[in-house]
Amino acid sequence: MHTSEKEMAERIKTISGVNTRKCMKCGKCSGTCPSFHEMDIHPHEFIAMVEKGQIEKLLKSTSIWMCLSCFACVERCPRGVEPAKIIEAVRLSVIRQQGANHLAPTKIPELLDENLPQQAIVSAFRKYSK
Amino acid sequence: MKFSYYPGCTLKTKAKQLDIYARTSAEVFGITMEEIPNWQCCGGVYPMAKDEIATKLPSVRALSAAKEKGNDLITVCSACHNVLKRVNCDMQTEDDLRFKVNNYLKLDVPYSGETKVIHYLEMLRDVVGFDNIKAKVVNPLTGRKIAAYYGCLLLRPSKSMQFDNPENPTIIENFISAIGATPVIFPYRNECCGGYITMENKPLAQKKCDVIMKSASENGAQALITACPLCMYNLSENSTENILPVYYFTELLAEALGIK
Repeated sequence: MHTSEKEMAERIKTISGVNTRKCMKCGKCSGTCPSFHEMDIHPHEFIAMVEKGQIEKLLKSTSIWMCLSCFACVERCPRGVEPAKIIEAVRLSVIRQQGANHLAPTKIPELLDENLPQQAIVSAFRKYSK
Repeated sequence: MKFSYYPGCTLKTKAKQLDIYARTSAEVFGITMEEIPNWQCCGGVYPMAKDEIATKLPSVRALSAAKEKGNDLITVCSACHNVLKRVNCDMQTEDDLRFKVNNYLKLDVPYSGETKVIHYLEMLRDVVGFDNIKAKVVNPLTGRKIAAYYGCLLLRPSKSMQFDNPENPTIIENFISAIGATPVIFPYRNECCGGYITMENKPLAQKKCDVIMKSASENGAQALITACPLCMYNLSENSTENILPVYYFTELLAEALGIK
C-alpha cells in the first residue's frame, strides 16, 4: 500500500505531538543547534517541510542521525514548537520500517573501548534502532 | 531521612565513583539512599514519541516502587534523571499514556505521577542546604579552580526539569563554593558534549568537546565536574587539546568531607 506524503506528514505530527503551524520561522532552533554544520536539512526546515508535506526528502536526510537530543531547540523556541520532537518522529518513521535499523548490534564490538559507558550504547540503540 | 534510589546502568559499572561517593557522602548528612530492587535501565534517552508505551515502562516501574515505599525518588546520573523526571511529568499530564501504562502494568495501585523525583544536587541544595555542607567540610578544596559542566540533561527542557535557570544556572557553582573551591564560570557550561553521537560520528563529539575544554581552560579552570557518565566520557576521551581533568561532583564532595 502506498502512503501519500500528506498521510506521512499527518503521522509524523501525531507521533511528535507537535503543532507545526505554531512556528513563526525565526530560525532560532537552527541557530542554537550544536549539529547545525553537520546537517543537510536544518531544524527550522524540518518544521516547514512537515507543514508542507515534503516528507520523502526528510526521510532521506542525514540530519536525523545528527540530532544530539540536547533539547536546546526545545528550550529556546519562543513559540514552544519543540523541533526535536519532529526530528525524532521522522527518525522513527525510518527505523520502524522492516530492516531499516541504522545501528546493528554486530557493529558494537568495534565501537567499544575501555571507558565507553553503557549509557552511550543504550542511548544509541534507542536513537538508531528499533 | 530516606530516599528511594535509582542508580541506573552505568553507575553500577563504568561510573562507580559517581555512585559510591554519592551514597557515602549522603550518610554524612544522615541521608540513606535505598536502592530500588530489580530496577530496569531507563534507556538513557527520554522517548519523545507520543505513541510509544514500552520505552516508558522501566521508568514507571521505578517511580511506582518509590511511591509504594512512600519515598521521594533520588537520581544521580543526569540522563536517568532526565528520563525519569520527564516520564513522571507525562504520567501526570497525559491521560492516554497513563491509561495504557496502567492497563498494561496492572499495579496494585495505579500510578499517576505521584512520586517526587529529585536529583542528588537538588537534595544537597534543598534538603541538606549548602551552608550545612560547608559546616561538615573537613578538607576544604581551597584554591582549586573548578568549572561546573552542566551539559544538557539536568537543565533542559526547563519546563519539565525545573532544576535551575536553564541559561544561567548557579547550583553547581554554589556546590563548588560550599566545598571550599573556587567556581569558574565559562560560556560553554550548558552546551552539548555530543552525547551518544560518539557512537555515530566521533569527530563531531571531538569538535564539541574541544570547544568546551578550550572555553573552560581560557577562563582559568583547573578541572571540570559533571554529573553525567557520558559527558565524563566525551570530555575525557574525545577532547583532543587543552585537556583538563574531569571529575564526578560526588568525588570532590567525598574528598571535602574527608571520606574518600
